Amino acid sequence: MSIDMSQFYQTFFDESFEGLESMESGLLGLDVGAADEETVNTIFRAAHSIKGGSATFGFTAVAEFTHVMETLLDEMRAGDRMVTEHAVDLLLTSVDVLREMLTAVQNEDDIDSERVTSVQKDLEMLLNGEESVTAETVSSVESVSEEASDHSSGWIVEFRPFDYLLKTGNDPVRLFRELSLLGEYSATVNTENLPLFEDFDPELSYLSWTIELLGDVAIDSINEIFEWVDDDCELKVTAMNAQAEVSVEEVESAVESTVSEVEEKAEDKAVVESNVQELKPEKTAEVKAAPSPAPAPEKRGAKKAATDQGSIRVGIDKVDALINMVGELVITQSMLSQLGENITPEKIEKMQDGLAQLERNTRELQESVMRIRMLPISFAFQRFPRMVRDLSQKLGKEIDLRLLGEQTELDKTVMEKIGDPLVHLVRNSIDHGIEMPDDREAAGKPRMGIVELNAFHQGGNIVIEIDDDGKGIDKEVIRNKAIEKGVIAETDVLSDEQIYDLIFAPGFSTAKEVSDVSGRGVGMDVVKRNIRELGGTIEIKSEKGKGSKITIRLPLTLAILDGQLIRVGGDTYIVPLVSIIESLQVRDEQVNGIAGQAELYKLRDDYVPIVRLHDVFTLKPDSEKLTDGLIVIVEGEGSQVGLFVDDLLGQQQVVIKSLETNFRPVEGVSGATILGDGTVALILDVVGLIKLSKQERIKAA
Amino acid sequence: MTEAAQQITESDIGIEVNGETDQFLTFIMSTEEYGVDILRVQEIRGWDSVTPIPNCPPYIKGVINLRGTIVPIVDLRERFGLESVEYGPTTVVIVLKVIGEASERIMGIVVDAVSDVYNIKSEDMKPAPDFGSVVSIEFVSGLATIDEKMLIILDIDKMLNSNDINAIAQSKTE
Repeated sequence: MSIDMSQFYQTFFDESFEGLESMESGLLGLDVGAADEETVNTIFRAAHSIKGGSATFGFTAVAEFTHVMETLLDEMRAGDRMVTEHAVDLLLTSVDVLREMLTAVQNEDDIDSERVTSVQKDLEMLLNGEESVTAETVSSVESVSEEASDHSSGWIVEFRPFDYLLKTGNDPVRLFRELSLLGEYSATVNTENLPLFEDFDPELSYLSWTIELLGDVAIDSINEIFEWVDDDCELKVTAMNAQAEVSVEEVESAVESTVSEVEEKAEDKAVVESNVQELKPEKTAEVKAAPSPAPAPEKRGAKKAATDQGSIRVGIDKVDALINMVGELVITQSMLSQLGENITPEKIEKMQDGLAQLERNTRELQESVMRIRMLPISFAFQRFPRMVRDLSQKLGKEIDLRLLGEQTELDKTVMEKIGDPLVHLVRNSIDHGIEMPDDREAAGKPRMGIVELNAFHQGGNIVIEIDDDGKGIDKEVIRNKAIEKGVIAETDVLSDEQIYDLIFAPGFSTAKEVSDVSGRGVGMDVVKRNIRELGGTIEIKSEKGKGSKITIRLPLTLAILDGQLIRVGGDTYIVPLVSIIESLQVRDEQVNGIAGQAELYKLRDDYVPIVRLHDVFTLKPDSEKLTDGLIVIVEGEGSQVGLFVDDLLGQQQVVIKSLETNFRPVEGVSGATILGDGTVALILDVVGLIKLSKQERIKAA
Repeated sequence: MTEAAQQITESDIGIEVNGETDQFLTFIMSTEEYGVDILRVQEIRGWDSVTPIPNCPPYIKGVINLRGTIVPIVDLRERFGLESVEYGPTTVVIVLKVIGEASERIMGIVVDAVSDVYNIKSEDMKPAPDFGSVVSIEFVSGLATIDEKMLIILDIDKMLNSNDINAIAQSKTE
């Protein structure tokens, strides 16, 4: 039986990265000295699953590395090892290394073995460290097996799987294959439990085996192989030639007792350590010799494509809700079709009820489908504790990071795109906002600065606030800098908001020194652009000496948009409501021409260029006269234009469909949607439209 | 029709003999008969109004809503530079799956009328000579003869994919 294991790779990676994240957040939450048992357990379990998974899929380097981590964590879990600052740091680094390894494996790149080896060595050093009580424990585990294998040239493994083993997804053949890699191996099958043919259940396992494994093998490696089926079988590992049977439990108890012995016999330590030394190279040699199941190269392309698709883990409750709703929809549908078979006047009322129900079902269904794409924002927030910890160490600042509203849900796509801007903003808050502890004390503030991330829903938007109690933004500094950089003139009078807005201008940095954290002046403009691309806004409020607050507003989802339907001639278009400032009727005296080409509309104190949609899109309008139609003032990337249309139709929420899937991007159009009557309407891209109209004008001139 | 039916049975025997037969859906444009690989045909539907796309060449008639997906419609007559005609009751849209380098897309072509389905053995397909026709030779994957009629087999991937999109892109930059 051969299964193409590569089909499970993606799941393994997804789960492993998730595991790494929970390890990381667990490690950050560990109190040095008094570790919470549950937290350590969580971290240990994550490491354990990654080890098991990677071993199963043949990513031996990953398994090997995780094993060392696991050993360390296991000791912490058992309370044999103090949780020291050093250990936590090292484990965090290991998490990074592990992430790099997994990424490398996923992309089928080479693993940076130098880094891996050095971190692994650090881990091993910590494990074998003189100062630790448990150094001996580890060594003794090895030494027991080593001692045992000294006396024996091999092992007898009695493997008696419970009959449901196969149903757990474990296959003895795989176990044996792993075993056969350890040494010379021969197996005898025991068929005494085989039932009569008619009673035979093909899904049960009736066989048991006795395996002779020749060679210098550590009992650990054998136990490791059977680790996954530990609870689903009877396993007895006996040393060949050895008088006593050493079962798994016995080894463990033996370990306990040897701890004290080893401690007593200090001179033994040297021996033990040398044993360990001996053992290690062997193990790695074995691993190297093991054929790594490299996926066939032709599969590469297909798998890459699959990786790009991404996957989403959905709570079972959401799926259940969806199934319920579909059930209701089916009932409503069958009711309606029954009613529709022969319509009599008295049935009309029932029909209307049914249609109302259908409408409700549809709306609920739409909402719950949308909810599937929604993830709690904690996915974006969870990287911050680590980042803040590293940054505060590097900068010598003391920072209390507070995360609020982590359960606020938003669309996965939005989440992916908002992650980097958020990182940037938090870095900025820490680097520029929060002062050094001494400065804070001098300013009469607590030494520890507070950075608060808060997320909540407001209307159809999600609002993310980044709040710090640092030194705030010095308006004068920004102003001077902007004048120096030529962004504004010295005579310009700017409101507070306009000054804060300067921060988002390209190439603008107020940091006196460029650190590797922030201050290169690339970034804030990118942050703003990214947020704008998502249809969101960003604003800064700040008070000198008290701190700054950055507020980001984002639409909950990219799949639905509030739109204003407009009409030009016989065609309907949709303008996103967010970009509309106002709509108004034109009076002739407010329109001014420039060189007979461009038209400007006087909107209070400003002049706004008029873009005739029918010109840009070559359509046939009802009338070319501006006074016959309406002007919709729209804003895109900071500039405003007046869009001349025949009529406004109405507002509605529209589901965005891509034009690119089957066609190609169209300038001035961001997508399409399907209206209530089943026809397609195009959604205007205001920014593209403005660009297009400029080209048009240049061409005309 | 009986002749055609016989033709099909003969071809069916052909399938058993060498298995090298492909089925083609044919349609009429002007007086010519064209064929496309039937496995690429998603559905055939009557002409219905489309939503025009701004600033596109005239042969892109617009987009329609095909059960929730937006599908562009290409007028094949205009694409081939044939004289365009009023759409009538027999005017149909053949919805095709076009396989590109990166992705698959769904597109519709407007043709005068759908004709028939033929089995054509691959050895009966002749390479198209450069006949200086309005149809560029690169869109034609071969010629076949059915009942003394010539059938132009189109390579829809070439026709509706890169080249078409390039043409659109060019017209945009002009």
